[in-house]
Amino acid sequence: MGKTLTQKILEDHCDEKDLVPGQIVQCRVDIALGNDVTAPLAIKAFEDLGVKEVFDKEKVVLVPDHFVPNKDIAAATQVKVMREFARRYDVKNYFEVGQMGIEHALLPEKGLVTAGDVVIGADSHTCTYGALGAFATGVGSTDLAAVMATGQCWFRVPETMRFIYYGKLQPWVSGKDLILHTIGDIGVDGALYRAMEFTGEAISALSMDGRFTMANMAIEAGAKNGIFEVDDATQAYLKGRAKNPPRIYHPDKDAEYVEVQEYDVGKIGPQVAFPSLPGNVHPVEEAEDTPIDQVVIGSCTNGRLSDLREVAGILRGKRVHPYVRLIIFPATQEIYLNALREGILEVFVEAGAAVSTPTCGPCLGGHMGILAEGERALATTNRNFPGRMGHPKSEVYLSSPAVAAASAIRGKITHPAQIVGKEEI
Amino acid sequence: MKFTGRVWVFGDDVDTDQIIPARYLTTSDPEALARHCMEDADPSFPEKVREGDIIVAGRNFGSGSSSEHAPIAIKAAGVACVVAESFARIFFRNAFNMALPIFVCEGLYKKLKDGDIIHVDGDKGEITIEGGGERFTVAPIPPFMQGLIQDGGLMAYVKKRFVSPKVNVG
Repeated sequence: MGKTLTQKILEDHCDEKDLVPGQIVQCRVDIALGNDVTAPLAIKAFEDLGVKEVFDKEKVVLVPDHFVPNKDIAAATQVKVMREFARRYDVKNYFEVGQMGIEHALLPEKGLVTAGDVVIGADSHTCTYGALGAFATGVGSTDLAAVMATGQCWFRVPETMRFIYYGKLQPWVSGKDLILHTIGDIGVDGALYRAMEFTGEAISALSMDGRFTMANMAIEAGAKNGIFEVDDATQAYLKGRAKNPPRIYHPDKDAEYVEVQEYDVGKIGPQVAFPSLPGNVHPVEEAEDTPIDQVVIGSCTNGRLSDLREVAGILRGKRVHPYVRLIIFPATQEIYLNALREGILEVFVEAGAAVSTPTCGPCLGGHMGILAEGERALATTNRNFPGRMGHPKSEVYLSSPAVAAASAIRGKITHPAQIVGKEEI
Repeated sequence: MKFTGRVWVFGDDVDTDQIIPARYLTTSDPEALARHCMEDADPSFPEKVREGDIIVAGRNFGSGSSSEHAPIAIKAAGVACVVAESFARIFFRNAFNMALPIFVCEGLYKKLKDGDIIHVDGDKGEITIEGGGERFTVAPIPPFMQGLIQDGGLMAYVKKRFVSPKVNVG
């Protein structure tokens, strides 16, 4: 029986052959990641173990991004634990405020992850790196501690679901809409414990940023990982960036898939996830005219340069609705700088948006844009659980950057064609 | 592993933000986290939960974040074990790594209300409701994960099998 992408990568990272779903294997890990929420617990567990060194100073990556710039004394203390650990153990990849970014945008940008890697991160959206043809999955702090000590992690070999996207994307439809549609279709536990392998002509035509967005949200369907085959776009992205040579795998023609889902993307329009589950997905038309108090554009899902360019294209020369707070978070310092140089940040500020330094901030209700009781936000982030962005009785809708930008102008959830199309006529 | 306790019943898709809201994740102190355990699902839970109580829920318990603050908060609140129709994978993994007993059991939670007493017999793989005759089957735990529990969690497992001169034990 043939093998899927995920099976092949795991097999090349362990001492066993012909892996089958359900089997538990110990794999060598190429990159181990922690942030300011999860690393302090991992550091404590690591130090309790009494090990003198991390398994590889180049392969441990620590990014304070959730509550930075430090929102209060408790947050500052967590980051201090990380910073001191990084210095004491000579961890090469620690990223301080001013050089950092949201971890899942930062690691690919810095070339720390490449195709064929096994990556674990003590953050559920670690699955983002599947866009590069890597096996990447979220774990807890205790797992991170074990990997920092041993360089190895246990995995249950997952079954793989294959998702094939045919046809050509409609205007205003992005990777975000494809993944929201998919989660809406299979449900928030539709891929539980499984690998999601994304393929098809619409995927080949999708930008790397669009693929990062899709892989990022595999966890919202319960998946262990989301993964794409390496193609010319992946190679072009990795070239001159990745610190290690890519290892390229392709699934066998007779690979065993537990399920195959097919979508004609020509039939998929802009999508919106209603409160309070990422799987509660409807076409944007069904949300139209829902008033909103806040719009958040950014995060590890949709804070990349192409996202910001698209938003600027819609906001240019317009004003944010007076009843809406629009907060935009470029995901990394490099994205921030490029947006600055391209004049994008000027467009945002002129439109009446607040532009923030990179941080996870409001996505998890941390800081920098918390909702009061009864308030409603539209966000390009990945989760809209009850109280996710603030008060337990506040609401979050999820959408693409284009829908978010159009909605910020009208003060209600809006199809981008309602704004841009109207102007052009 | 056997537990007898009073149950608190929750529905499907109880995510980690409901178990421990992210606004409290600036600390990992178990007692501080326990004070807000399940707060966004049931604001009165931290006050009414008692040592030895059992959380029973529907599908996909623990979805969302990878943070171990969720199982830490549950353990520190005194909850003996969690029984659900299914668990999100990172929560499932974290629970075993940290030795929080969890059981997958279908068909149970819809038959329970807050305050009922259940008997969980992990060795026999069954759960019964006090005062009722019906037996509910618990899904078997893979041998590797049983080994993790026997070793006392992942760090104990790592100490036993990996920590050797090649990784410079202090």
